[in-house]
Amino acid sequence: MTPQLLIFLVLAAIAIAGAVNVILQRHPIHSAISLITVMIALAGLFLLLESEFIAAVQIIVYAGAIMVLFVFVIMLLNAGAEERTDMSRMACYVGVPLAIFLLIELAYQIGAATLSMTPQPPAEDVTRGLSMLLFQDFVFPFELTSILILVAILGALVLAQRGESVPAKSGRETIT
Amino acid sequence: MPISYYLALSAVLFGLGVIGFVFKRNIITIFMSIELMLNAVNLAFIAFGRALGQLQGQVFVFFVIVVAAAEAAVGLAIVIVIARNRRSLNVERINLLKL
Repeated sequence: MTPQLLIFLVLAAIAIAGAVNVILQRHPIHSAISLITVMIALAGLFLLLESEFIAAVQIIVYAGAIMVLFVFVIMLLNAGAEERTDMSRMACYVGVPLAIFLLIELAYQIGAATLSMTPQPPAEDVTRGLSMLLFQDFVFPFELTSILILVAILGALVLAQRGESVPAKSGRETIT
Repeated sequence: MPISYYLALSAVLFGLGVIGFVFKRNIITIFMSIELMLNAVNLAFIAFGRALGQLQGQVFVFFVIVVAAAEAAVGLAIVIVIARNRRSLNVERINLLKL
């Protein structure tokens, strides 16, 4: 067993355990922390695939910015644990086995169909090549994303601002 | 080591995201399931890019991350508005458009 395979197995186990924990946890803050674990494990996998820039962006933007936004909103709304609904017998006995079957079948088919693919020798200066691509071939989409982010900021501001007529609720209450 | 390991892991993570999207009741957790699916697709992009020896896959991952950031900002603003107006994060109670 090569050390690469060992590192891959450890990181994959962390990622899958974190993803399962996202689903199983009832409190959204626990789900958020599990998701951060998944993202850090995926950043390690990106390093294993020799894409250092994307690994750094994954940590900084995903784990550092987007998930902090999620945790911030959960704290702001004081979100409580998910309400327990009596999961119908249909969902329990048919849905869960079907979900597990979907996972196994998807992984098996995709793994089997691409078994012949082997990694090419890595290009030297991956980050340099990436920046060349980004600012030469993809410069127009790159500029478009700046407009997208501007629109997203304005949209978030317009949506979340409090209207004049709505009175502010006081006191701490847990929203479920 | 073969690329198919990474792709199988990506498929499992994407499937777990779909399952979370269908099974969960809390709207914030449903959002997190969408982020999980986007992450799984990013892994597939980078694995394919490595298999083909090209860098375009990484550029696509870059754009996916940017779009995910914009989507999270707008989506969480919508969540805040829903929580303020309806006092609930349970998607079964948010049924204004349901016949």
